[in-house]
Amino acid sequence: MTTSPLMGRRRFVQGLALGTGALGIGGLGMSPAKLLASQGQTGAATLSGNTFNLAIGGADVNLTGTTRPATLVNGSLPAPTLRWREGDTVTLNVTNYLPETSSIHWHGLLLPFQMDGVPGLSFDGIAPGETFTYRFPIKQNGTYWYHSHSRFQEQSGVYGAIVIDPAEADPEPVDRDYVMVLSDWSDEKPEQIYATLKKLSHYYNFNERTIFDTLRDFREKGVVQTLKDRHMWNTMRMSQSDLADVTGYTYTYLLNGRSPNANWTGLFKPGERVKLRFVNASAMTFFDIRIPGLDMTVVAMDGQPVKPVRFHECRLGVAETIDVIVTPEKKQAFTVFAQSIDRSGFARGTLTPDPAMSAAVPEMDPPPLLGHTEMGMGGMAGMNHGDMEGMNHGAMDHGKMDHGAMKGMQHDDMGHGGMKHAGMQHKGMQHDGDHKVPFAFVADNPDLAPRTSAVQHLDSEYGPGVDMRAMAPAAMLDDPGIGLRERDWKVLTYADMETAGGPPDSLMPDREIVLHLTGNMSRYMWSFNGIKFADAVPLELYHGERARITLVNDTMMTHPIHLHGLWSDLELGGGRLLRKHTITVKPGEKLSYLVRADATGRWAYHCHLLYHMEAGMFREVRVVDNATTKEARS
Amino acid sequence: MKQTHLITAAALLALSPLVQAVDKHEPAFSRVIVDEFEARDADEGTVAAWEAAAWYGGDLNKLYLSTEGERLMDNGGETEGFETRVAWNRAFAPFWDWQLGARRDWQPDDPNRDWASFGVQGLAPYLFESEATLFVGEEGLTNLRLEAEYEILFTQKLILVPAVEANFYGKEDEELGIGEGLTDIEAGLRLRYEIRREFAPYIGVNWERQFGDTAAKTRGAGDDVSETTLVAGVRFWF
Repeated sequence: MTTSPLMGRRRFVQGLALGTGALGIGGLGMSPAKLLASQGQTGAATLSGNTFNLAIGGADVNLTGTTRPATLVNGSLPAPTLRWREGDTVTLNVTNYLPETSSIHWHGLLLPFQMDGVPGLSFDGIAPGETFTYRFPIKQNGTYWYHSHSRFQEQSGVYGAIVIDPAEADPEPVDRDYVMVLSDWSDEKPEQIYATLKKLSHYYNFNERTIFDTLRDFREKGVVQTLKDRHMWNTMRMSQSDLADVTGYTYTYLLNGRSPNANWTGLFKPGERVKLRFVNASAMTFFDIRIPGLDMTVVAMDGQPVKPVRFHECRLGVAETIDVIVTPEKKQAFTVFAQSIDRSGFARGTLTPDPAMSAAVPEMDPPPLLGHTEMGMGGMAGMNHGDMEGMNHGAMDHGKMDHGAMKGMQHDDMGHGGMKHAGMQHKGMQHDGDHKVPFAFVADNPDLAPRTSAVQHLDSEYGPGVDMRAMAPAAMLDDPGIGLRERDWKVLTYADMETAGGPPDSLMPDREIVLHLTGNMSRYMWSFNGIKFADAVPLELYHGERARITLVNDTMMTHPIHLHGLWSDLELGGGRLLRKHTITVKPGEKLSYLVRADATGRWAYHCHLLYHMEAGMFREVRVVDNATTKEARS
Repeated sequence: MKQTHLITAAALLALSPLVQAVDKHEPAFSRVIVDEFEARDADEGTVAAWEAAAWYGGDLNKLYLSTEGERLMDNGGETEGFETRVAWNRAFAPFWDWQLGARRDWQPDDPNRDWASFGVQGLAPYLFESEATLFVGEEGLTNLRLEAEYEILFTQKLILVPAVEANFYGKEDEELGIGEGLTDIEAGLRLRYEIRREFAPYIGVNWERQFGDTAAKTRGAGDDVSETTLVAGVRFWF
């Protein structure tokens, strides 16, 4: 391997130092004044008040050295930060200057479904040249975001942050407040990325194992052991390095619209409390965020306050937001470092008391390899069988699990961090209240076919669209995830957090809906229960009911699952809930959350990896009045 | 054309009460892949050889077109024969498709042959690209073809591809000098460098040998039954 292409790629990945954020005029009603307005410190202007005019249009951007077309809001990347106040009613006039239908979805907001901005469910979309007026009352506060829900416009720039100030005094007052929008930019057209994935799904993965890796393993682990380790991957026809479908090969990772070399910079005075509102607005990228030399304290996730926890690093899923507070005491600069889950690139910025100062940028970690935990082989399964039986999951298909083989396996690759934590998650498995919750059954909905356990694979999971099924999915809420298990420092997990003020709603669900996250990487097909959206019927929730949604990840990828319009209260065990709008499910993981169906209408429910959603990992959820239903309890 | 498509889609969205958030209709994709396009230093002179395929369709159903053949480039050039195939490709298992189609063998001097084809192709455990196709021709001719290919990565871009193909005939094709049973095996070893994923020059070696009655007939005509050639070519797709 030569070094020059790598060097070239590195420069490309890190983007331009100068001219970043330089925006050209796309000729679609963008005035230079609007473009200049986007050159604020965050890369996006902040608009506040209760009436907003937003224009979605084409514009040119140059983030990598090449000028490329983007789709932007008011000519800015990211889109303007919208600052609202809880209790207000906001009016947003959104004009579409694109030659195709557009839309804006207010991610994480509670609102009438007609205002939710999903073409086909909420409304017909905003036709070219038309203006749609969104108007809704603000019933919450915190950090959220907005983005297009049409085609791939989100990938090409239609995303921005929303900050809602609380009606009452902020429980965590700070001296400074920064919005930190993380995103992934490609000079390729998103349509092209999607088509490429359909043609050659590993196109963007340049971390496949080579014959030299095998020879090194022969030396280090022995030939027999290496062949044993590889055997399962080879028979499953899976790539151990498939951590991200789209990588730094085409992506430049941005912080507030700035490439790593352009280095977004935020100022502080030593001793100040600084709030950083991280928004993962990327299309496909999980970010591992840390600030070397500085611990963070989480105060909110997905806009909702949590009991504060101090940590050093966290993995932020696509569409999640996290509010942290840092208190830099010294007069020194710090690097905000956010590397992609597959270590193919990073976003970076600087917090500094002096614009002339910056800090060292850490090296990226070596790319991790998927292990037995990700395979759903029950890296942690041994510990959980007792719990499963306690849950009346006796009918789980133990026959298909080769316990002998699992014991014989070498777990070198699987990360012992996962093992170490394994005993702790019992509560997550025992559903709170310990009462039997019936599985939802609807005769004409294949997603809700009769089942005897959550881990059981429905018949629909056996077909060309599903390349694997987890044999022993496990509770993994306290597992930091692949690549973060061996850290010397505290990595934040869902299990560490809890919604401030205790459970915001009941712990006792009426019904349990089970969905398995499924896919076929080589065909680039993605689905729930092996059923693509095109072949699915809507899931119905009854107005007012408390439903439990259990997700089992049968794929080797991490999926951020987002339910529009209703909160997802993640069950942490021990009577604790974590209120969220987007929940990241790791490979081989099984988790549950409670949903209060308190808003009637048609809501989108999907994986927030853009190309997974497009491929069919999507459902319509209808909240309907009970009278209109044809439920038959099992 | 894309523009038109989008506008049509937008119009449909606006009109239909059943408009959907993501496309309910399955979009079609297409891929053209020229797997081998190469020069071979054969005994009779430089031979150009190709193997190419194209597909169009969705996740489960695709239309497949493919062609392979050889042409002698020296002495004014002469196509030595080639085949074209068309098939309906249907995914039936996570890693496997079946194919139903037709094949025509074009012979410059001899009569053409038409076949119906029934095939299975996919990714076998240990990541072998595999294909087995039964061709049924006129007058009771049958041809079973087995193919396998493997990729060995030296680096992310330097890839060695061993490939093998074997043909069996159910009965003799006297006119074309093909005997019953195993007729020929072709094995190749090609080392390609992917300048981009889509574009890779390669060098390699190709070995062909006839067997059984087929070999006997060829020997009888005074020709060689085995040939080893160095090859250089380019693989590309879009």
